[in-house]
Amino acid sequence: MDILRFITAGSVDDGKSTLIGRLLYDSKSIMIDHLEAIEKQSKHKEDGEIDLALLTDGLRAEREQGITIDVAYKYFSTPKRKFIIADAPGHIQYTRNMVTGASNSDLAIVLIDARNGVVEQTRRHSIIASLLNIPHVVVAVNKMDLVNNSQDVYNNILIDYAEVAKSLGLKDVIYIPISAINGDNIVQKSNNFPWYDGKPLLEILESVEVQSDINLTDARLPVQYVIRPQTETLHDYRGYAGKLQSGIYKVGDSVSILPSGVESAITAIEVNGIKVEEAFAPQPVILHLADDVDISRGDVIVHSNNKPKVENELEVILCWMDKKKLVPGNKYLLQLNSKRVKSVIKDIAYRLDVNSFEKQAAPESIELNDIVKVTLKTASPVAFDSYKNLKTSGSAILIDETSNVTVGACMIQ
Amino acid sequence: MSKYRLDYLEQLESESIHIFREVAGQFERPALLFSGGKDSIVLVHLALKAFRPGKFPFPLMHIDTGHNFPEALAFRDKLAQTIDEKLIVRKVEDTIKAKHLTEPKGKFASRNALQTYTLLDAIDEFKLDACIGGARRDEEKARAKERIFSVRDEFGQWDPKLQRPELWNIYNGKIHKGENVRVFPISNWTELDIWNYIKKENIDLPSIYFAHNREVLEHEGQLVATSSFIKLDATDKVSVKKVRYRTVGDMTCTAAVESNATTIDDIISEITATKTSERGETRIDDKVSEAAMEDRKKNGYF
Repeated sequence: MDILRFITAGSVDDGKSTLIGRLLYDSKSIMIDHLEAIEKQSKHKEDGEIDLALLTDGLRAEREQGITIDVAYKYFSTPKRKFIIADAPGHIQYTRNMVTGASNSDLAIVLIDARNGVVEQTRRHSIIASLLNIPHVVVAVNKMDLVNNSQDVYNNILIDYAEVAKSLGLKDVIYIPISAINGDNIVQKSNNFPWYDGKPLLEILESVEVQSDINLTDARLPVQYVIRPQTETLHDYRGYAGKLQSGIYKVGDSVSILPSGVESAITAIEVNGIKVEEAFAPQPVILHLADDVDISRGDVIVHSNNKPKVENELEVILCWMDKKKLVPGNKYLLQLNSKRVKSVIKDIAYRLDVNSFEKQAAPESIELNDIVKVTLKTASPVAFDSYKNLKTSGSAILIDETSNVTVGACMIQ
Repeated sequence: MSKYRLDYLEQLESESIHIFREVAGQFERPALLFSGGKDSIVLVHLALKAFRPGKFPFPLMHIDTGHNFPEALAFRDKLAQTIDEKLIVRKVEDTIKAKHLTEPKGKFASRNALQTYTLLDAIDEFKLDACIGGARRDEEKARAKERIFSVRDEFGQWDPKLQRPELWNIYNGKIHKGENVRVFPISNWTELDIWNYIKKENIDLPSIYFAHNREVLEHEGQLVATSSFIKLDATDKVSVKKVRYRTVGDMTCTAAVESNATTIDDIISEITATKTSERGETRIDDKVSEAAMEDRKKNGYF
């Protein structure tokens, strides 16, 4: 049993909340007291049916003020898998919300209303899925009941979406016809689509292979904390604690400490208090090195023969997430794993239109939900990989030093 | 199947240990909020994995309402002693006296809301910049929307509209003086995950989590233990039942469930089969209003 984290991309109109509600309801993940609360709220509805969309309904602050809070997390599990759904609502701030939800997702469900087919919003969601490099995409053609479960309608949508997928370089795309409101093809295979020979949605979610998405080749350990008990019995103990972001480390491996470039070798590895010969991502570890080198939080331990770049200029795709505009020349803190360094935006190359994927001329200022390509200059060299190759060492956030707020998401090129 | 694979409990454990070490790396004066309940016991277990053979870079802190189960308090003291870590206890009783606070009235009057005053005072007293708590997102819908690093203003208040985006596994704990961060390392665990982990890791729990005979009174379908904190009326139906606790809060606001489960395996099968949520079945304080938790959090509750 493992974990699948996924995001559902779509608006209320596409039946996104109904789909999530249906997955929770049909997999028997909703408790009676929660259901009773929803039944109470559904009473104004005339048909007496439970409004499954209410399951994803938010806080009182949201209901009263009509605002939506960016991401809520929902949990359910089957005997095969534990699922974590990132539910990112909202039309206006959709880019920011979806980027946040997508950052931790192994899979995106792109919902398409069968009556409308591939629309601008479908493209936008797919562009974000591809920018964030979500490995797997499920295209769920919803509301099939409203187009008489027509195979022709479904096939035409497939042809249209295949174009989108091709232009964005989405590799693993799975298509499925569903009717979330009726539960067709969600948990059980529906008889309404005799022409569909694939699995129902839940089975797809249960069987997509995600652990092979973890990179076990390029070893990177960002040091989070140095453990030095300094007791009589452990006087010389000095362990470098962190989570292996990628790769495998073995006792005896030659390593470099970045950004300094100092060389050493691994003398011992501890995982959960037990000495082991090797450790792999994403295990939490404590490494011990042969030499008494100066290592502190933010340094990265890598294999001497497999190093990331170490530079003080980074090309990044930046998603701006703050209501305050980005002011060129202002300094922001760049946080990449445990490393924090001052940075400044040196140059804006272009703005990416999230509806058309076109590169537009560099804007005067960068506003909330803008996605831009920029050059960042950092105060000191930083070890990084490209986001495309190694998500875990190619992602970073920008922090406004005066408000302390997270204002940007960076995908290093 | 590759040997380089973690199962789901190991994945959750890895995420939580990473969060613990981020707290150690980013904050000057954190504390781990410890109640003697199962979630905070799991937190301590994860902290041991994150920092041993070193000491915890934070003390354990219990905000004692004075209405706790004696079994949970005894367990708390014993655990702190066994692992040889510092335990700070601050009592709601003392805050009530010092600040002339008004005790809530009524039969099941809960000091839950008053706990917030003691917590905020303790944060001030020890100049805490981070408090680690065992809240989980599956518990309640306000919690489902809270960040793992949740910034609180100088009044301890949570503002759901002004949360920082939290991307990948990068946590931004930068704050201004006077603010603090509540950190929730087991945000992504469910109740069942906690029990499966307790089983896998063979973690000790207070005895009240297992079925035992107890004198209880029935209140609107819920079973509340009789104690010196609850005044019995002539009409109360009191009886001895075989019960266990699914959550451990105050004796005045936590209900027991009827059960014969005497082992972790029994408990896991009961929870797998249950149709009621953890808080719905056992917390009297959540029923006051639909947005009870949301309101408490906005006022500084953890």
